[in-house]
Amino acid sequence: MDKIRASLLKKSIASKIERRGKIISLTCLALIILVVFLIFYFVASRGLATFFQNHINFWQFLSGTQWNPGTTGTNGQPAVGALPMIVGSFLITILSAIVATPFAIGTAVFMTEISPRRGAQILRPVTELLVGIPSVVYGFIGLQVVVPFVRNTFGGSGYGILSGTFVLFVMILPTVTSMSADALNAVPRYYREASLALGATRWQTIYKVVLRAAIPGMLTAIVFGMARAFGEALAVQMVIGNATLLPQNLVSPASTLTSILTMGIGNTVMGSLQNNALWSLAMILLLMSLVFNMVIRYIGRKGKLNNER
Amino acid sequence: MNAKRIDKIATGVLYAIAAFVVIILVALLGYILVQGVPEISWHFLTSPALSFEAGGGIGIQLFNSFYLLFLALLISLPISLGAGIYLNEYAPQNTLTGLIRTTIEILSSLPSVVVGLFGYLFFVVQFKLGFSILSGAFALTVFNLPILTRSIEEALANISNDQREAGYALGLSRWETVTKIVVPAALPSIITGIVLSAGRIFGEAAALIYTAGQSAPALNFHDWNPFNISSPLSPMRPAETLAVHIWKINSEGIMPDAKAVSAGASAVLIIAVLLFNFLARWLGKRLYKHLTAE
Repeated sequence: MDKIRASLLKKSIASKIERRGKIISLTCLALIILVVFLIFYFVASRGLATFFQNHINFWQFLSGTQWNPGTTGTNGQPAVGALPMIVGSFLITILSAIVATPFAIGTAVFMTEISPRRGAQILRPVTELLVGIPSVVYGFIGLQVVVPFVRNTFGGSGYGILSGTFVLFVMILPTVTSMSADALNAVPRYYREASLALGATRWQTIYKVVLRAAIPGMLTAIVFGMARAFGEALAVQMVIGNATLLPQNLVSPASTLTSILTMGIGNTVMGSLQNNALWSLAMILLLMSLVFNMVIRYIGRKGKLNNER
Repeated sequence: MNAKRIDKIATGVLYAIAAFVVIILVALLGYILVQGVPEISWHFLTSPALSFEAGGGIGIQLFNSFYLLFLALLISLPISLGAGIYLNEYAPQNTLTGLIRTTIEILSSLPSVVVGLFGYLFFVVQFKLGFSILSGAFALTVFNLPILTRSIEEALANISNDQREAGYALGLSRWETVTKIVVPAALPSIITGIVLSAGRIFGEAAALIYTAGQSAPALNFHDWNPFNISSPLSPMRPAETLAVHIWKINSEGIMPDAKAVSAGASAVLIIAVLLFNFLARWLGKRLYKHLTAE
């Protein structure tokens, strides 16, 4: 009797396995979350040191135009003005998105509406393949082809915002194209049929119905491309010239947050102002990627509301 | 102008845009292959790099790339598998789970240079691992975890509930159902996800510059004891990968044939990524056929 009672009250082997499995998989998930918090903690603790330990004014950091940590600027304060890099990063991001958007959306429309068969057979595999091309390869081609082209056509050294924009344009084009095509494919077929049945031409259907229904998805694609452009380091660093000056025109050497980071981190001593200032740049980069993430979520939520209505 | 005319014009413009984009993309691929493939030879693929004279190869860098890829997958696969299983099979549908998903998404959208800098701060400096294969593999793991977790979660979500119910009906616990029925059923798409993420890891450079380092010390390919510093398997040696090599010789400019070497190395990278892509498709299809007996 006691034996049966004991075996009934004891946990079965299966339930032990079950518990162990649940704990193991939860640990894996917790580990990933921990990594995210560690990233934020470590970058923020270094990045904030510039303002709390070295007592740099936060607004001076954002708006200053002289970047030469370790020396003092004209106002007697250490020369840690990050504006040239911030402007450089935003300029190439916005410019490359402006150039890439019409091409990406045009190609996506062609793939889904005009010639779906050729789109599925040739364009889609090629764009998906190009999404996977390493960014250093884009940088190398930029160096070999784009920089000489810009130098010969527009003058200057060839290094600068314009070259960076060209390289990033080609780099984000496949990403934005394939995501836009997904958004267009997600538009229900009966939208098109209803429009065509009303006597609209194909272009009218595309322009007045399909494109409008796919706006949230395409906006997500563009913001995603911008986030990629903003965070890209090596391809940009290779063609932008890396001069920490406010860009006067599109062909003068400039710099971005990422390019100065990749150049500088190895050449400064941990804990010094030069080093802390670089970590502040990394922190800005981190915050901007959060902002892009939030924008994408916001668009997604808005889009859902519109479709449900 | 009537609607039909506008329609014709718009169609023409769309054709032109698509053609232009195709030309750019094909020119891009063609340029790399035409410039790079003639540089590739057995000597190029196996001999070490030379800094101040022409005629160096990419042997050590190529080995480092594969070794790092292998280690990064070895670390990130079990963690992503566990996390993917929890997210898809156990996690309740509530705010906390939503928050966790958002956090993973944030991790996947971080610029790779930030991941690299974190790796430098955390693994290289804090844990005193130095510029080493191990630091690089950990940084790549951080970079890879969110992508792989996501693709494994999707693969598991695509398995129909009938399979799970069949498992429960046989008296299996949830964990046993997952590991013995659901994961094997999802294996083809999981493998595809792994191989595709391998392509991304293989070409990653920004996360490695300050973790695996920018130098490739000479290796003794007859010494396979991982505790010797000159052994190819040693996890504590600095290891410049192929992608980092391309970046470095182009930004330093002391190698006389930097252009030829980087063209060849770029072509090798592209071909590797192409192979990973084909392998992913082929393996996925093959495994699916094998497992479903179709």
